[in-house]
Amino acid sequence: MTFLSLNMSVLAVIVPLMAAPICVLLRHSGLAWAWATAIAGITFVLSIGLLQHIMANGTLVYEMGGWDGPWGIVYHIDEVSALVVMIVAAIAAVVMPYAKLSIEREIPKERHYLVYCMFLLCMAGLIGMAVTGDAFNLFVFLEVSSLSSYVLISLGNDRRALTASLRYLIIGTLGATFYVIGLGMIYMMTGSLNMTDLATSLPEVQDTQTIHVAFAFVIIGFGLKLALFPLHIWLPNAYTYAPSAVTAFLAATATKVAVYAMLRLIYTVFGDVNPFETYGLRGVMIALALLGMFAGSLLAIFQTNVKRLLAYSSIAQVGYMVLGISIGNAIALEGGIIHMFNHALMKGGLFMAMGCVFYMVGSTDLKDMAGMGKRMPLTAAAFVIGGFALVGTPLTVGFISKFYLVQGALAEGWWPIAFMIMFASLLAVIYVWRVVEVMYFQKPADGDLSYNEAPIAMLIPTYVLIGAAVYFGTDATLTSEISLNAAQTLLGGSK
Amino acid sequence: MTAETLVLLALGVPFLGGLSVLFSGPGSANVRDGLTVITSIILFCIVWQLIQIVDAGGRPTVTLLQMIPGLSLTLSLEPLGMIFAGVASFLWIVTSFYAFGYMRGHHEANQTRFFFCFAIAIMSALGIAFSGNMLTLFVFYEVLTISTFPLVTHSGTDEARRAGRVYLGILLGTSVTFLLTAMIWTYVEAGTLDFQKGGILEGNAPAGVIAILFGLYIYGIGKAALMPFHRWLPAAMVAPTPVSALLHAVAVVKAGVFSVVKVSVFIFGLDTLRDTGASTWLAYVAAITILLSSIIAMRQDNLKARLAYSTISQLSYVVLGAMLASNIGAMGSTMHIVMHAFGKITLFFCAGAIIVFAHKTEISDMHGLGRKMPVTFFCFFVASLSIIGLPPLGGVWSKWYIALAAAETDQIIFIAVLMISSLLNIAYLMPLVLYGYFGKEKPADTHSHGDDHSHHHAPPNHSMLKHLTFGRPGIAEAPIMCLAPIVLTTIGCFALFFYADRIRLFLTPVFGG
Repeated sequence: MTFLSLNMSVLAVIVPLMAAPICVLLRHSGLAWAWATAIAGITFVLSIGLLQHIMANGTLVYEMGGWDGPWGIVYHIDEVSALVVMIVAAIAAVVMPYAKLSIEREIPKERHYLVYCMFLLCMAGLIGMAVTGDAFNLFVFLEVSSLSSYVLISLGNDRRALTASLRYLIIGTLGATFYVIGLGMIYMMTGSLNMTDLATSLPEVQDTQTIHVAFAFVIIGFGLKLALFPLHIWLPNAYTYAPSAVTAFLAATATKVAVYAMLRLIYTVFGDVNPFETYGLRGVMIALALLGMFAGSLLAIFQTNVKRLLAYSSIAQVGYMVLGISIGNAIALEGGIIHMFNHALMKGGLFMAMGCVFYMVGSTDLKDMAGMGKRMPLTAAAFVIGGFALVGTPLTVGFISKFYLVQGALAEGWWPIAFMIMFASLLAVIYVWRVVEVMYFQKPADGDLSYNEAPIAMLIPTYVLIGAAVYFGTDATLTSEISLNAAQTLLGGSK
Repeated sequence: MTAETLVLLALGVPFLGGLSVLFSGPGSANVRDGLTVITSIILFCIVWQLIQIVDAGGRPTVTLLQMIPGLSLTLSLEPLGMIFAGVASFLWIVTSFYAFGYMRGHHEANQTRFFFCFAIAIMSALGIAFSGNMLTLFVFYEVLTISTFPLVTHSGTDEARRAGRVYLGILLGTSVTFLLTAMIWTYVEAGTLDFQKGGILEGNAPAGVIAILFGLYIYGIGKAALMPFHRWLPAAMVAPTPVSALLHAVAVVKAGVFSVVKVSVFIFGLDTLRDTGASTWLAYVAAITILLSSIIAMRQDNLKARLAYSTISQLSYVVLGAMLASNIGAMGSTMHIVMHAFGKITLFFCAGAIIVFAHKTEISDMHGLGRKMPVTFFCFFVASLSIIGLPPLGGVWSKWYIALAAAETDQIIFIAVLMISSLLNIAYLMPLVLYGYFGKEKPADTHSHGDDHSHHHAPPNHSMLKHLTFGRPGIAEAPIMCLAPIVLTTIGCFALFFYADRIRLFLTPVFGG
């Protein structure tokens, strides 16, 4: 093992973390952007290497400073972690080149370096959450990513971005605090913070009231962060009023990492406790997931702002992931995990398309989408393809996700859930179609249908994600192999 | 050239043809129309070659791509699919000529987009015909839905947009909720989605599950327009007539009923269906659809709407034949795909000719029109006879085989249904011919020009788009570019009466002697 492959795990966190303050020192907008883009690219390459390494050699354990667990902080990277790291790094590497123009348009020049600095910090935090094998370290990285995302959201050019950010700050902090309270109780009962260590010692105390309460706290804590219905109220405003590039990045990554953390808690930390059965969690989670799928989609139908519509759709899509986690067999879990990746691609692409519209028109109101099919044909086409993926049309990634989820539900004999997944996709047809109709059938109020496409530097990154959403929908052998391995590793840990 | 290359070409040619139309630009209408015609002719030659290969016992198989382990997009040829492919690609040539005349005569806008989507729709129809497993069929099925949406909403009016919503809502809705669920469920039960003779579910799933699955499939294939999911077809009639003719009388609806037959034969197996009785109740649904939609058709004054309901009724013949769960019935179904295609496309062509060149859409306005357009009305008459099922026209054979299957399986009631339906067909198709030839012409008024056709009165200046008068006063027949396709398909209806046995022989490997 070379130095690089040994340290890849920690490098993926260290590089963006260390690079972030340099943006502050650089100050200059263009320089800070170039620096952040380069770092995002390097991290992406590292994350690919890490994923390949894990796929070839299995779980990687890295002991910080040579202190071995459970006393030292340990990074514990299996297929799921590596996949999530790759998602975060990949989205960052695509969003950064896109961000330059978008941020120049939306944020005053003197604050640009702040954006890039916070962006790198947020990325470091998210990657840290995915690689760490220490439950308290998870909290630290959660706070790193959360605090930086509050700043990022508050930088939106709409004044409502401030209240959105404040609301997210309050709810996000509640979530983090809940997690820490729960973790404190767990620490009190077991004396450990190392995840693998906790996994072995928790079953002894699983029936104590303290652990019951602790479990409720940590699950609700992350339920808030991943916007599990009905804990989602921070999300729509935050996504709507944040700068476009920030929305694209956060929507594609932040909730996924929170889903990952919940996955980790349920399947690794509480893996031997099997909380689905012992605490009766399965019924609750499935119910909330289904509610989220329907409520999110229904609310999306009635939105008049497309970014907001997509935000509500995110709540629904998180429902799919949680559903996959809670059904609990390998196929459904595979579906949940693959949907983390797939949804990152499509939602990232969709929000970037909206960013292109905002760049040209200065609004993402539904009524301002009129005539986009003629005025910005490439952006509109990107939105249509991304919309197809949301619906789950075959040859897009959405189809692959749904294929596994429905298969997982049917394998348990739960056909009503299979039907509900399909009905929820139909709701997606409606909210996507509302936008498509306005783009292609309505004439703008000023009747201006002249060609006015977004700059190529923004279109290319948008199409990279949209293209990936189609590519991984036609050939999902790679992603399905990774997620199947990931699901088996997770389930293996619980048996 | 190997058979596999030909299979790929059969999908590639319409796709590339569509692309070349898209890039030939709006300025060169002649180039575009030439390209469409050439593409359709090349395509038919390829399909014809493939038909020969399949007839000789070849079963070329091509895997397009491996989506996930165990699931692939695979094309695999067999006689049933070749029948559908042959009909669709042959009628595309005819329709290309017809559309060439119609669209210009009608001064339609956005013709480039029209021809592009048309080509993609044909490609998807062929994909459905060639599909080697359920996933491939589903993928092309959805592509067909989406590619025909811009055709339905072609005019861009509010009415078209509403119709588009119904169209997309029903077709996507049924296919996603029922068909996709059924498909994944099949995969869970059988571990494969490949089309195999005798089906893949027998012995792999309990009878109850098979019955539920079958219902999901049949209702999931919304394109078969089984009641109560038939509303999209009348809604789609806002499209230009060539679309109604080729897509909503041939490619799209036949893709639906073809899928029904294909699923019945290759996913479930007719024996399994008979043993489990999974299809019996659907046979009654099909019978009700046949009768009800015929009755609704009688009440439609708009010619295209009447033809649409007639199509719904005729589609259920095909469904009924498959639901009888016997080889003869399924063969009758397959044959009816051909027979009805030729008959109905002729009727739609005639309707289009009347709309464009006589500016009439309502049947009550067409009194006496037969004396002005004698050839069109004669063709309408002959095609109607084929739909009704009278010799010496092709339609008689498919009805014959389906009735035979009903007798064979001791379900005499369906023979009665077929007979009553024939009477109803006479009742809604013949008045137009009778009034056309013998009715008294109404005094001209603005109403008779329809809603939006009145401004199309400028005579087309192309020599091929002039009204044919045959040198006689009082005759204003559709121009040669429209009339020739009509006559050709009418001859087809006639010829099929004599070639039905050749089709039966071709299908022997699937349904036995």
